[in-house]
Amino acid sequence: MEPVVSFRGAVCLLGRFPALAGVTLDVGAGEIVLLQGPNGAGKTTVLRACAGLVPVVDGQATVLGVDLRTDRRAVRHRVGLLGHASGLYEDLTVADNVRFWGRAGRARPGDVDAAMARLGLDGRLADVAVARLSAGQRRRASLAVMVARRPALWLLDEPHAALDQEGRDLVDGLMADAVAAGATVLFASHELDRATAVAHRTVTIAGGTASVPGVGAPAVAAALPPAPERVR
Amino acid sequence: MNRTLLHDAGLVLAKDLRLEWRSRVIVSQVVPFAVLVLVLFAFALDPDRRILTQATPGLFWLAVLFSTLLALQRAFGVEAADGVGDALRLSGLDPAGIFLGKAAGIAVHLLALQAVLLVGVTVFYGSTPAGPVLLVATCLAATAGLAAVGSLYGVLSAGMRVRDTLLPLLMLPVVAPVLIAATEAFAAAYDRASGEGWRWFGLLAVFALLYLAIGIFAFEPLLEES
Repeated sequence: MEPVVSFRGAVCLLGRFPALAGVTLDVGAGEIVLLQGPNGAGKTTVLRACAGLVPVVDGQATVLGVDLRTDRRAVRHRVGLLGHASGLYEDLTVADNVRFWGRAGRARPGDVDAAMARLGLDGRLADVAVARLSAGQRRRASLAVMVARRPALWLLDEPHAALDQEGRDLVDGLMADAVAAGATVLFASHELDRATAVAHRTVTIAGGTASVPGVGAPAVAAALPPAPERVR
Repeated sequence: MNRTLLHDAGLVLAKDLRLEWRSRVIVSQVVPFAVLVLVLFAFALDPDRRILTQATPGLFWLAVLFSTLLALQRAFGVEAADGVGDALRLSGLDPAGIFLGKAAGIAVHLLALQAVLLVGVTVFYGSTPAGPVLLVATCLAATAGLAAVGSLYGVLSAGMRVRDTLLPLLMLPVVAPVLIAATEAFAAAYDRASGEGWRWFGLLAVFALLYLAIGIFAFEPLLEES
């Protein structure tokens, strides 16, 4: 079966700086894969490249069968990205936001309501403006949008950040449910104890590079020379 | 236009109207600003009310233009905040639908603003239109043009740190024809010279259609770069 994510020597530039300097990575369907590595290693860039938000300028990169080198926009509506920002309109209520983004992603009305209930947002919080929420509550609202949209590939950047114990358990449960429903999860985290417990395997990124021999195989991590020299 | 385009435009329009309903930024800040501009013009030219009456069309559209800049900064500021830009790109919404929805939302706000300003020029300047049909038609066409151009330059400058100062510099030269044509059409509507005024209305309509067409095709790359 074709991997959901297949990178071969993928290079991404942020301005003139090579944020990814030749990443090789496979993620198979139904996997939960943890990206780990130091700050600035390129984890967020891998997730954003998978979402088609950062162009891959060299190497090969395919996500959900879409070649990111030729048409990265085609993959966007099939992935869900939970980044550091909430992606929510601050002046709208939680319910307004989840409904808008859910409808934009062609979610059914039942999915929107179910997602809000799953994230504990169907009570009093539903009618509260996002600007008045705590960081953890915003995180829950962003996750509700993702659950409502049912993406084929979940891309989560520090999904446990800002959440309390119950919220962290909930995120783990959501990842497991997503995979059970046929989706694939790729996430980055510094909370290794919790993350490795939920992940099927771990890929280490260092210096903008990662190398993995094959789907399901152990990750080979390498801290290679500084990225700019490798690309030049 | 296909169904997806209209669906997405309707979704974005409804969202923008809901944003205004929740925040009241246009009602509480932009409309008072526009009325204030009218009042300040009245103070500046008050010694001779005849001048105010003669200058009503130009003063009206200058007030609309300045207020449009504030409305645009609001409309596209919310699309650049806290990762909303990325969420829009990942949403699956048709970029042309986003453009039409944003332009429609801005147009609704501007038309409401113009209704208030028309009352304002009647009260403060003592001006009453002789050709209401031309007046309304001019408002509709000029608003469509301003909203279309504003949406294009709004998204272009949305992701920039200097967007608040860049937007007027980019937009004002482009909408100069709207200011001229709308002022001339309004002058005709106030002076019972509607025949001349309809020619200016035609120019406004062509301008609006041109920029709506450009926006439908150009919005996607601009959204990508913002």
